[in-house]
Amino acid sequence: MAVLTVEGIQKSFGGVDVLRDISFSLEKGEALAIIGSSGSGKTTLLRCLNFLETPDKGVIRVGDQVIFDAEDPRSRSEQEIRQQRLHFGLVFQSFNLFPQYTVLENVTLAGRLLAKEKPDFKSRKAAVFREIEENGKALLDSVGLAAKLNAYPHQLSGGQQQRVAIARALALHPDILCFDEPTSALDPELTGEVLNVIRGLAQRNTTMVIVTHEMQFARQVADNVMFMDGGVIVEYGPPEEVIGNPKQERTRQFLERYAQQ
Amino acid sequence: MSDVLDSLVGGFWLNLEVFVMTLLLALPLGLVITFGSMTKFRPLRYLTRVFVWIIRGTPLMLQLFAVMYMPGLVFGIPMKSRMTAVLIAFVINYAAYFSEIYRGGIESIPKGQYEAGQVLGMTRSQVFFRVVLLQVVKRITPPMSNEVITLVKDTALARVVSVAEIIMCAERYTKQGLIWPLFSTGLFFLLFNGLLTLLFGYFEKKMSYFRS
Repeated sequence: MAVLTVEGIQKSFGGVDVLRDISFSLEKGEALAIIGSSGSGKTTLLRCLNFLETPDKGVIRVGDQVIFDAEDPRSRSEQEIRQQRLHFGLVFQSFNLFPQYTVLENVTLAGRLLAKEKPDFKSRKAAVFREIEENGKALLDSVGLAAKLNAYPHQLSGGQQQRVAIARALALHPDILCFDEPTSALDPELTGEVLNVIRGLAQRNTTMVIVTHEMQFARQVADNVMFMDGGVIVEYGPPEEVIGNPKQERTRQFLERYAQQ
Repeated sequence: MSDVLDSLVGGFWLNLEVFVMTLLLALPLGLVITFGSMTKFRPLRYLTRVFVWIIRGTPLMLQLFAVMYMPGLVFGIPMKSRMTAVLIAFVINYAAYFSEIYRGGIESIPKGQYEAGQVLGMTRSQVFFRVVLLQVVKRITPPMSNEVITLVKDTALARVVSVAEIIMCAERYTKQGLIWPLFSTGLFFLLFNGLLTLLFGYFEKKMSYFRS
């Protein structure tokens, strides 16, 4: 059964249609790579999934639960959105770590705040916080940053910061982890370490949606590739089809431009 | 000599009173004005911005006269206490300036910080207090220290409505042919501002452990 189902998402900004009728689904453990030139709507799609933009039309389901329906005003209430967001994690292009917190605090902050809302929090406070901290340390260890727990973001390289951001997104155990061009803000020599972490996640069957410009990487890691252009899905399928043997003229043109670079 | 000193110290005490009270009241009031000038509700936003424009666009000295004499001239209810008039004018004036510094600070925080908090399931107030606030405080400390030091010197304006602050006290001696008390008032301001400079320096250093 599909863990994520997106049906007929539309979004326009000031009369410009950025997404027109986007539908797709994602199986549990699947890694989906979204490729396309800038302005194709891929980032907006990711932002819609994370409720940073509100689609004008369409339905989003996680499992069999409707988490967003443009027709239903209830799914736009702030409290509702806050709950539904937790199905998703998002790793930003520009990391967006919290500069005043240490690496470990960046990873544990949201978990600690959420724990306070649980009814049995008062009686189990110490145990809950210890659990959150252990989880945070384990995650940072898994992205190779066990030695940097108490460093501040500005003391880290871009690649290290992005790995912290991945650990932070994983800390809340999202059903679907989204990446918005995770290596575009990095120097070329630092992209490898971030891509390796994502590769590791794919091997452990993490459900992921990855907006990326790294064609080689998409080809290796993704189970499916979606090529977007002008707010629609032009081509969708396994990477060996979409990247290796594209059927659509627009996909071919896009990939050729990439190959030339 | 000790007579002069007593008089100057007594005068400076009033300067300090204006300074402390203005700071205590204008710091929070400035935040209220900031929210007004940033609200999505347009009429309130425009109204607030016009208010800030008027307050920042006219001399504080004129505002002191206005608060002191307008209630009596226009409404027939004279201002009872000169000190109250001074405080009202100072608090409104400085709150307007502070509000612009706050606004600049808040607007300078990258959108990504808010979004990162939101996607992690934080509420709006958690994002503001846990993520944004300290970054804002760090960014506005240098302009705020500037403004606070200006406030210390501006307290001398209280004399225009006959509140006997330090320079007004010193000037009485000038009329008697004694000039040094007037110029020695500068030392009071210098010393106090030196203290504030050290305090702000300490504060900035405290927050230098992170960069934003």
